[in-house]
Amino acid sequence: MVDKSLELFDCGHRACGGCGPAMLARLMLKATGENVIVVASTGCMEVFSTPYPETAWKVPWIHSLFENAAAVASGIEASLKHNNRTEKVVCICGDGATFDIGMLCISGAFERGHDITYICYDNEAYMNTGIQRSGATPYDASTTTTPAGRMSTGNALPKKDLPQILNAHGASYVATASVAYPMDVMKKVEKAINTPGACYIQVHTPCSTGWGFDGAKTIEIGKQAIECGLWVNYEMENGELKKAKKILRTPVDDYLKAQKRFRHLFKPERNAEEIAKIQAIADANAAKYNIDIKLKE
Amino acid sequence: MEGSHAVAEAAKLCRPEVVSAYPITPQTHIVERLAEMVADGELDAEYLCVDSELSALSVCLGSSAAGSRVYSATSSQGLMLMAEVVFNVAGMRQPIIMSIANRALGAPLSIWNDQQDSLSLRDSGWFQLYGEDVQEMTDQHFIAYKAAERHDVLLPGFVCFDGFILSHTYEPVDIPTQEEIDAYLPPYVPYNKLDAKSPLSMGMYATPDYYMEFRYETDLAMQRAGNAISEVGKEFGEMFGRDYSMHTESYRMDDADVAFVALGSICGTVKDAIDEMRADGIKAGLVKIRTYRPFPAKEIAHALAGVPKVAVLEKNISLGTSMKGIVGLEVKDALTGTGIDVYSYVVGLGGRDIRKKDIRAIAALAEKGEGNMFYGLRTELL
Amino acid sequence: MALRIGAAAAPGRAPDNKTGSWRVFMPIVDMEKCTHCGTCTLACPETAVSDEDGEIRFDLDYCKGCGVCANECPAKAIKMILEEN
Repeated sequence: MVDKSLELFDCGHRACGGCGPAMLARLMLKATGENVIVVASTGCMEVFSTPYPETAWKVPWIHSLFENAAAVASGIEASLKHNNRTEKVVCICGDGATFDIGMLCISGAFERGHDITYICYDNEAYMNTGIQRSGATPYDASTTTTPAGRMSTGNALPKKDLPQILNAHGASYVATASVAYPMDVMKKVEKAINTPGACYIQVHTPCSTGWGFDGAKTIEIGKQAIECGLWVNYEMENGELKKAKKILRTPVDDYLKAQKRFRHLFKPERNAEEIAKIQAIADANAAKYNIDIKLKE
Repeated sequence: MEGSHAVAEAAKLCRPEVVSAYPITPQTHIVERLAEMVADGELDAEYLCVDSELSALSVCLGSSAAGSRVYSATSSQGLMLMAEVVFNVAGMRQPIIMSIANRALGAPLSIWNDQQDSLSLRDSGWFQLYGEDVQEMTDQHFIAYKAAERHDVLLPGFVCFDGFILSHTYEPVDIPTQEEIDAYLPPYVPYNKLDAKSPLSMGMYATPDYYMEFRYETDLAMQRAGNAISEVGKEFGEMFGRDYSMHTESYRMDDADVAFVALGSICGTVKDAIDEMRADGIKAGLVKIRTYRPFPAKEIAHALAGVPKVAVLEKNISLGTSMKGIVGLEVKDALTGTGIDVYSYVVGLGGRDIRKKDIRAIAALAEKGEGNMFYGLRTELL
Repeated sequence: MALRIGAAAAPGRAPDNKTGSWRVFMPIVDMEKCTHCGTCTLACPETAVSDEDGEIRFDLDYCKGCGVCANECPAKAIKMILEEN
C-alpha cells in the first residue's frame, strides 16, 4: 500500500498561488508513491517545478521536449520491461502538449499499448507561453490567439474529445477527473497505474491566471464546471463507460460569468445566442454520459 | 555481406536492450535484419516499431535514460524530422549511437546518396564517424559505443556511410565474434539514470545564469570525445588488427602537389584516381577524414603541411556561402596562416556518379587555382 | 556548486526558494471551528498546511497566500487577512 502521507512534491516551486496543476502534482505523487518514473513535457508544470538546480520532484523525473513525453515514456517502459523493474511510468503533460503537438507520439504509444499512465493536466490553453488557444480550449473562450473582439466571440472551435480518441486506440482505462475532487483524482491515478496497458487520465486543473479568477477559487471553479455539465468526470474501461459523476445540473451562466475568459459573453449585454450554444454543449454532455440526477416528482 | 546487414550484425553484437527505428530508404535493410534477429531469438532486445523518426529517437532517449544501451538508424528526411530530438539527446548527454545511411535532402526528393543529412547537424553535439567501406563502417560502430559510453564523454554519435553505395553493396567483411566484442565493449554503466532508488530530475530548464556553462561542458566533452575515439580506436587495432587511432587516413601524401580531402566511399575512387595520376607523374594524395566531429584540425593541418593545393570533395552544399562546401570551410580554418590554397568542389549531390576522370579533372582545376564551385553540372539543363 | 551534466539534479533544492515572500494575504485559523476534516492540508498547492498536535499550522516560509484553504474550509475556520509587514 502506498503511504499517502508522503509528500513527494516539494514546496518552493514557482507556480502561481492557487495553481490547479500544482495541486495535481501533489495528488498524483501521493497516489503513485516513490516507485515511479515521471515523464514531463515542456509546459507550466515543468517550468515552475524544475528551474535548475531547484527541482520539486522527489521521484525520478525526466523532461525532453514539448511533444515527445509519450515516446520517451515508451522507451523507459521498454527498458524497465527488459530488466524486470517495477517502477510505474507516468507522463504528466499539459493540454497543449497532449492535444496538439503531442498527438503523434501519444497515438503511437497507445497503439503500442505500453504499460504507462498518461495524465494530462488540462488548463484548457497554452498557459506557460501566455494563454494561447489549444485543442482543449472550450468554445467561446477568449485566449490571446482567439481573443474576443468586435468580430469574434472567442474560440470558434470545439474542445477535442481526446479521452474518446484514446479510448478508440484500445486504452485499457480512460478517465476524466478534477482537482476539485482530490480524493477522486488519487483514486483514479492509483487505479490507472495498477491497470496493465496504456491508461489515460485527463484532469481539469483550473488556472486562475489564464481563466481570470481569484486563485482562492480554483477548487470552487472546478466544481462549478462539473455542476453545469461543461466538464464530466467519468471512467471508461476497455471501451465501456463504467461510471460518470451525477449532478443536479445548473445552467452554464454562473460558471461562465465567474471567469474573465468568458466575460465578453455578458458585455455589453448577455449574448443569448452564444450562451445557448455553450448550454447545448453542456446538454449534450449530460445526455451522452447520463449525468443528470432525476428528481422524483 | 550487404553493407546494411554488416551494420545490423555490428549493432547486434553491441547488445542493445532497445532498438527503435522508423523505416526510410536506404536504411531499411538494417532495421529489417535486426527485426529478423529479434524474431529468431538471435538478439534479446525490445524492438519497437514506432510512428515516426521523432518517436524513434525519443524512445531511444527514454530507454537510455532508464539505463539501457540502445540503437537506431535513419537517413535524410528522417534525420531532419528528429532534428529537435538530436539536439536534445546531446544536451541530455545520453550516449546513443545511430547509423546514418547518408542520403540527399529534399526538396527535390532524392533517395540517392550525398552527405547533406549528417553534415547539416554538425553543430548538434553528436560526434560523427564516416566509413569508406563496409569493413570500416562496421568497425566504427563498436568504436562509437565504446567511446560514447565513457564517463568522460557521454555524448551520442552518428556512424555515417554512403546510402546505396555502401548500404546496398556486397563486400567481404570480417565480423568479430560475440566473445570478442564482449571483451572489447563492456556493459553500459549509465551516469545519470532514472531509478526510484536514487531519484534525479533530468532535463531541467536552465536560466541565463546556467545555460552557457552547460553548453561549455558539452563542448569540453566533445573535445574529450576526440581523444576517446583515438584511444578506443587504438585498442580496437590491438584486438582486431585494424587500427583506428587516427581521425584521418593519409594516402600517398608524401611530396604531394595536390591533396584531396574527402569523407566516405568516394575515397575509394579517389585512391584509384591517385594511383593513375601518380603513374602519369601527377603528384596527388588524399587525406581521408574518418572523424568529422570533433573536427580533427591538428591532424589535418599536419597531414596537409607543405602541400600547395588542397581540393576538398564535397557531397554537400552550404547554400549562400562563397566556399559552397561545408568541409572545406573547416579545412581552410585548420590551415590558417599556412598559405595553402583550399578549394571546395561540390560533387555527387543526389547520387550523381563521380568517376576517376572527374577526380583528375578536379586536380587540374585546383592546379589552375579554380575552385569553390559545382563540378559536373549538366549545362544543357541550365 | 558544480553543474551536473544533462541539466540533472537530485531532489532537495526547491525549498531554497522561500515563496512566502510572494504573499500579500496570510491565513489565520480559528481552531474552535476546525473539524480536522483534512480539506485544507490536502488542497494546499504548496504543501504548506499541516495538522499537527491538534493544531492547523501554516508554513509561512512557503505559503503564497492564495486563499484556497480559506475558500474551501467547510467550517469557515480559516480567514485570509492582509499581512502587516
